[in-house]
Amino acid sequence: MRVLVAMSGGVDSSVAAALMKEEGHDVVGVTLKLWSGPNGESPTAGCCTVTDAEDARRVAAQLDIPYYVLDYTDEFRDGVVHRFVRDYGSGRTPNPCIECNRTVKFDRLLNSLADFDSEVLVTGHHARNLQVDGSWRLHRGEDRAKDQSYVLSMLTQTELSRIMLPVGELTKTEVRSIAAEMGLRTAAKPESMDICFVGQRDYRGFLRDAAPEIFEPGPLVASDGTELGRHDGIVGFTVGQRRGLGVAVGEPRFVLRIEPASSTVVLGPRGELAVAGAALGQLTWTEGAAFSGQVMAQYRAHGEPVEATLHNDRLLFAEPQEAVAPGQTVAFYDGVRVLGGGLIAETFV
Amino acid sequence: MIYLDHAATTPMRPGVWEAMRPYADVVFGNSSGVHEVSRRAKNALEEARERVAAAIGAGPSDIVFTSGGTESDNLAIKGTSLSSTPRRGVVTVATEHEAVLETTDFLRRLGVPTSIVGVDKLGAVDLPALIDAVDANTAVVSVMYLNNETGVIQDIAGIAAAIEENEPDVLVHSDAVQALSSEEIDVDDLGVDLLTITGHKFGGPKGAGLLYVREGTALEPVLHGGGQELGRRSGTHDVAGAVGLATAMESAVADRSRFRSQVGQIRDDFEKRVLAGVPDAMVNTPETGRSTHHLNIRFPGVRNEALLMRLDRAGVAASAGSACQSGASEVSHVLEGMGLSPGEARESVRFSFGWNSTNDEAVDAAAIVIDLIEELR
Repeated sequence: MRVLVAMSGGVDSSVAAALMKEEGHDVVGVTLKLWSGPNGESPTAGCCTVTDAEDARRVAAQLDIPYYVLDYTDEFRDGVVHRFVRDYGSGRTPNPCIECNRTVKFDRLLNSLADFDSEVLVTGHHARNLQVDGSWRLHRGEDRAKDQSYVLSMLTQTELSRIMLPVGELTKTEVRSIAAEMGLRTAAKPESMDICFVGQRDYRGFLRDAAPEIFEPGPLVASDGTELGRHDGIVGFTVGQRRGLGVAVGEPRFVLRIEPASSTVVLGPRGELAVAGAALGQLTWTEGAAFSGQVMAQYRAHGEPVEATLHNDRLLFAEPQEAVAPGQTVAFYDGVRVLGGGLIAETFV
Repeated sequence: MIYLDHAATTPMRPGVWEAMRPYADVVFGNSSGVHEVSRRAKNALEEARERVAAAIGAGPSDIVFTSGGTESDNLAIKGTSLSSTPRRGVVTVATEHEAVLETTDFLRRLGVPTSIVGVDKLGAVDLPALIDAVDANTAVVSVMYLNNETGVIQDIAGIAAAIEENEPDVLVHSDAVQALSSEEIDVDDLGVDLLTITGHKFGGPKGAGLLYVREGTALEPVLHGGGQELGRRSGTHDVAGAVGLATAMESAVADRSRFRSQVGQIRDDFEKRVLAGVPDAMVNTPETGRSTHHLNIRFPGVRNEALLMRLDRAGVAASAGSACQSGASEVSHVLEGMGLSPGEARESVRFSFGWNSTNDEAVDAAAIVIDLIEELR
């Protein structure tokens, strides 16, 4: 089978490519060029900043597979970066990696498979895509600590039927040892935890450069309306945030909610942080049919799932939850099986 | 493999590598040395200089050996803008190679006045705008002879004459790296003060090029150091490279009329076949004022990345324009400069033919292209 492997230059996708090759598939490696520089300064410094692509290219050469870099900067800027800016500007907390999966990797790239004469897209995500009775099920990866099913929870049968996730069957340790045995240069490469287009800077600094117009000063208020201080823009505040609020009051204060219309950030003690549930948007179902009832809900990439009840687009937590931020993704699980996902539109107490 | 990417680089012509070989180990001396092995190297270098000068109607002392097109473009533009004369400004064209555009932008960031002049739909420079951009502070005007992405040929002699008439003290540089295989190049006939040539575009070695500098032109070096090349370009000479450059240049000049007719006919035949098989394909290379060996063509509805990947797998090497280090095909600034939308530029592919292209290859490649376009649609 001819397969296209999305190679980021990391160890997981390197091993994914190697495993597919070992299984005898006709493998083509691609790296997506998504972003040119921290501020998008393109022509002067832009052309050639894909340093990770060099690792991917070298691994592809070692595996003796054809390799290409695809320019998806337009799709990424329009589908991911603009949305990232817009979401922060309206008081939400976006997850750009999920948007990238949704709009670039598993939409644009997946829908281009035929162009590249391939049937299947392979990625290095730690999650499992299992065929059961003619349909596809998305499960958590074998390595629970490295599981990435949360960022894939928006996938449906349309996508899952054309995706393979070979490293989902392995622990990260196994991935690294396979890479080391094969002598892949990425075997010991550290994981990148940064948002790719923000890099190692803080994202508030990125936003300030990218979209200064969305910074509008406003008040920091207590939940009773008392003004506690001022901020220079709601951008970058996240529900549940405690550090960097710029107010010194006796007890620890947290961001309770953000009111974009008046540029107000509402602070309060931890006790007021908990919410009973959330209204969701953009719901998707991995196996097609909508689900209602008891689920385990995970609302942070590295958070633990909590018991909840899903009724249409309303999610009610069994226990009140802290730091549930509009804009974030909720993934629904039944054990290790991903049922679907959605975006938090608003929370309620 | 059917290689249709000669505008990117070419295989060496017969005899070039053999001519270079002795200067790697036998006559390996540093041409600035005082002993036998160095004298022999120096002699070969100066002989190569005479040979390359003769090939473009220049004198030996007008030749500065460089590492290739990018360095020559940098030296021509920075060297004249930053020279001892009071003139600083740079005027160039939107469809130039990055080596010219980025050098110009670097000078702009240093505070040098710069102008980038547009082209018309056929890629020809807007001459009135160019003349208008030239003023009493302009040091150099840089216009590419033959465009690397489209094969558009500019009227360098006409442009140089018009500049001479308006601002006689302005220097004229032309990047002619794509032109030597097919076009007569005589620096006096062209009326240029500086001209960039690089070996690997016509069957010579990579890393060996030259900048022609008209006698009396004030030039600040880009590479300062031991003062080689009459102080214009320091660094130990690549004698093997210079010999390879000279050998390939002589060979290309001697082969020029055959190249023009034969390679031109191969390209034309390829174009006819592709257009017959893909009737809605749009040729970006204009019908007049075009080179003999480039063909830039747009296949509506087919993204060039997909076509190039399929061509690669089918054993045909082509490209989307100039190559970037990451290997991604970016939207071509040349095609955008000619008025194509980014989407149209992303549907455009360049096929470029060279000294060893054959008719059979063109016939086979055209059939493969037609099949792939059908598959991709």
